[in-house]
Amino acid sequence: MMLHVDCRFEQGKFIAVYGPSGAGKTSILRMLAGFMNPDEGYIRMDNESWFDSGKRIHVKPQHRKIGFVFQDYALFPHMNVRENISFALKKNESAEIVEELMHVTGLTGLAARNIQTLSGGQKQRVALARAIASKPSILLLDEPLSAIDQNMRVQLQHTLEEVHKRYKLTSILVSHNMEEIIRLSDFVIHLEEGQVRQISAPVSFFRDHNSAPEITGQVVSIEKNPDGSCTFILLNNRIIKIYSDNDGQQVEVGEKVGIVYKNDVAKIRKL
Amino acid sequence: MVEWSPLWLTLKLSFLTTLILFCVAIPLANWLSKEKTIPRTFVEVIVSMPLVLPPSVIGFYLLLAFSPAGALGGMLEKWFDIRLVFSFGGLLIASIIYSLPFMVHPIQSGLASLPSSLKEAAYSLGKSERQTLFGVLLPNIKPFLFTGVILTFAHTIGEFGIVLMIGGNIPGKTRTASIAIYDEVEAFNYPAANRYALTLLTISFIMLFLLYLYNRRLARINVIQ
Repeated sequence: MMLHVDCRFEQGKFIAVYGPSGAGKTSILRMLAGFMNPDEGYIRMDNESWFDSGKRIHVKPQHRKIGFVFQDYALFPHMNVRENISFALKKNESAEIVEELMHVTGLTGLAARNIQTLSGGQKQRVALARAIASKPSILLLDEPLSAIDQNMRVQLQHTLEEVHKRYKLTSILVSHNMEEIIRLSDFVIHLEEGQVRQISAPVSFFRDHNSAPEITGQVVSIEKNPDGSCTFILLNNRIIKIYSDNDGQQVEVGEKVGIVYKNDVAKIRKL
Repeated sequence: MVEWSPLWLTLKLSFLTTLILFCVAIPLANWLSKEKTIPRTFVEVIVSMPLVLPPSVIGFYLLLAFSPAGALGGMLEKWFDIRLVFSFGGLLIASIIYSLPFMVHPIQSGLASLPSSLKEAAYSLGKSERQTLFGVLLPNIKPFLFTGVILTFAHTIGEFGIVLMIGGNIPGKTRTASIAIYDEVEAFNYPAANRYALTLLTISFIMLFLLYLYNRRLARINVIQ
């Protein structure tokens, strides 16, 4: 598969990369980080060239000022929480930011804890704090919350949001999770088979793509008017009302129906 | 009466071989653990040769190389006044070459066992390859380092063929315990041979016992964690 990406990101934005497995999402992050080289093209950050195949420029990952949060956390097992975060500091650099980051990410009480004794959510907090401690100009997040349960996921999304704003980061998140993307990102890059299909705001993107699972309910009542009809549907212990014009599908009371949300309009679909 | 010099010489040779190999094998194993290329495969084969070759083959070629009549030996003698053949220095070099895979292979396996994200995480935090190797990778492969040290030490204690070919059998200089045993048996002095043999056997047993004990303890700690 050929990966072809041509994008510009504005500083301070939160960008999500969305697409099916094997679309090349992680490869984009790895190329930005310098762990992998594109065959040709260029990568520029703040007018500084990180990669340019024409000019044979390849800046090593060490000199790119990136923060990378891995899916498997990649924490150093022989160090405790504080040591992991402090590892990001330069020689003789003040450890003040370590304490601050532990506070922001809710790790203060766990500073001396061994990495192996932490939960998945706690490990990812350490990984996030460590990535930011090196003061990156760009934060790369490779499906950081995919192995974490729903409750912790919501808390971590909040932490990510806070950290992104507080440290004025430019963040790129690879994710499969619609909720996460809508909550965190300013715009989403839709990648498919190595090609950028679309770049748009997350809400309009998911609305157009209709990728949300269909909601199903039961018709409990129908009111007919000259302009159309009003259908009442029992859904999750609630009754919702949907207006439809006369050329819509005819449904009957007691029938199970699906509700599809497309182009800002909810429509009833026969099952 | 047991003469202590062969035992002392054996321990000195084993200690120095292990120490030098430890320093040489870390960068070598790190280099070998990277992406496979033709030069890397070539070096990997060279490192593994002592595992399959009889010691006499390596001993023979080293003897030719170290001999003052040979190119290398002649150059060393002419320019530096060093003669490696039938000397402790020559014995040490031969021993290092012969034990190379016993130190390199465990370290290489250890480095290969670590997820690549560990190295990449350190790079993304601005750490150099050297800082990453010493600060992140090596501290996480301690059991492999320990295995390399013990195997190299124990293996050097047991060297015979290569020691005999390069070192000859000079008492107090190149006559190690394994050669002393051979000498005593030739002279039908079985009690003396037994004392040397029993000492080597005990040292080797204790070293391997410590290695297995350490690895077992480490495995238990990992299970608890």
